[in-house]
Amino acid sequence: MAEIQIKNVAKNFGEYQALHDINLTIADQEFMVLLGASGCGKSTLLRIIAGLETATSGEVWIGGRRVDHLPPKDRGISMVFQNYAVFPHLTVFENIGFGLRMQKLPDDEVTRRVERTATLMHIEQLLKRYSGELSGGQRQRVAVARALAMEPDVILMDEPLSNLDALLRMEMRAELKGVLAESKTTAIYVTHDQVEAMSMADRISVMHQGRIVQAASPIEVYRNPAAEFVAGFIGNPPMNFLPAKSTGNGQWSVAGQSIAGPANTDQPLKFAVRPEDLTLGDSGLTAVAKVVEPLGAHLLVTCEVEGIMFRAVLESDLQVHVGDKLRLAPQPDRVRWFDPRTTLAVA
Amino acid sequence: MTEATADLAPHGASTRKTGQYVYAAAVFLLCAWVLVPLYFLLINTLSSPEAVNSFPKSFVPAFDMGSLTFFAQFEGMLVALKNSVVVAVLTMVMSITIGAPAGYALSRFEFPGKELFRLLILLTRAFPLPLLALPLAVLFIRTGLDDTAFGLALVHTTLAIPFAVLITFSLFSGIPVELEEAAWTLGCTRFTAFTKVILPLILPGITASAIFAFVISWNEVFAAAVLTIENRTLTAFLLQTLGEAPLHLKFAGGFILVVPALIFIFAVRKYLFAMWGIANR
Repeated sequence: MAEIQIKNVAKNFGEYQALHDINLTIADQEFMVLLGASGCGKSTLLRIIAGLETATSGEVWIGGRRVDHLPPKDRGISMVFQNYAVFPHLTVFENIGFGLRMQKLPDDEVTRRVERTATLMHIEQLLKRYSGELSGGQRQRVAVARALAMEPDVILMDEPLSNLDALLRMEMRAELKGVLAESKTTAIYVTHDQVEAMSMADRISVMHQGRIVQAASPIEVYRNPAAEFVAGFIGNPPMNFLPAKSTGNGQWSVAGQSIAGPANTDQPLKFAVRPEDLTLGDSGLTAVAKVVEPLGAHLLVTCEVEGIMFRAVLESDLQVHVGDKLRLAPQPDRVRWFDPRTTLAVA
Repeated sequence: MTEATADLAPHGASTRKTGQYVYAAAVFLLCAWVLVPLYFLLINTLSSPEAVNSFPKSFVPAFDMGSLTFFAQFEGMLVALKNSVVVAVLTMVMSITIGAPAGYALSRFEFPGKELFRLLILLTRAFPLPLLALPLAVLFIRTGLDDTAFGLALVHTTLAIPFAVLITFSLFSGIPVELEEAAWTLGCTRFTAFTKVILPLILPGITASAIFAFVISWNEVFAAAVLTIENRTLTAFLLQTLGEAPLHLKFAGGFILVVPALIFIFAVRKYLFAMWGIANR
């Protein structure tokens, strides 16, 4: 059992505040992804949980035990690093067995666990090699095997796949997800890749400027972004935004069209819709096509609505040309609204 | 590719060829500048005392051990050689035990005045030894350190430490912090992570830096001459006897001095490049 609780954690680097009052609970055996652009504080948070960095204030609890004053080795964690950190002076076998040897386990137990995790990661034929004789993908597998061999309560991963090429990354993504689900450990996974986050996570914590903006399931983060930042960060292409003015009775004027929206305010809001939730038709927002990209599976049209960039993902067999006037109708149940003053979602 | 350009521009090719000759000549001259005296040193050392003192000289070594035997039997010479080794080993040990931790700290920790500290380390070499030698001699006589191998090794350590710090700093910096961090998450303390992960990786470099300290001490003559009287090192002893010693003794002494230094520097050349941040892989 290893539930992780992060309570009011803040971190300053001199004048710069990297983390502001982070509160997060990660359930036992949950796969939590910390997602954000570089510099948002996600790696710092992970390193604080690992004990490689000390929080300026706040508490970290793992499995009901307060650990923020403990060194990394006493926290019941193991970690996979972005550059793998496979020890170059040891064989793959000794790398995977390193932590077990530190625990002074008997030789046959070390051998048993090393061989088991090596088989799990499909590197059993590499056990006698040195790090210098391995490819990037193989080193990655050694790093994961080394972490798993410890049979930790919590496994922490800092952008483990970002140094691999695209194809290998996709392969490892699926494999890693399977292996971790089987090992029944709690996992925290840091990435800036939203596809990785969406595909692997039980829950995603989207971070921005040292704060957690939203922590929810991937589909919730995608469908109901809690803030404008999340809406603009998740999804490729991201959500479209247009200014909206209240015309009373829950009706809003968006680019000259009347669209139903929140009835509890009459302050100006932002109308938001995902590019794939638009359909080409005879009614809806008036747009002028600027760039047309046939991407095979669908057609990506970048247009302008009242001078504001607006993207639509349309069916691939539609005939759209640059300069065409389009009418794009948003699906009513997929439209979201944001308050421009707080940048938060408005129901 | 080169052939095609040669056909198209024969003029450019001939200029390039001339350039290559000039380059080769310059390399040859520089090598000769270093190697010819060494060669003469070698043949004169390996010639009989009579041959060394006669004229004209031979250009091929006679492999006569006369000079070296005379050198070994010369009063005080072997003691001086032993002193040299003792002082150099002491210097080597002290400069690594002090320099390597400093190099580690410089590469792993941020602290105020770090840049200034690095500069100050180099500045220890800015004061000419003659300037320091007199006050040092006085101080050493007061503390009883004068004319001891340990006292001299202290001075040599001061000379060697900047290099020890800079070499180990660059070695530690070349080892990713993540290796240490990975070790910490795998059950190591800071100390065991150092002994199990960092030390095995850095040992060849430490050895190189130690050897370099040895050579610095081995070659140093001024402090040795000022601070020792009875327990002279080989350099100081040779300097003292240079005036009255016969020519073949000078050659043999010079040879004994040069050879270890040359061999060691050659062995550790890779790490000396690393000290100045030149990649050499």
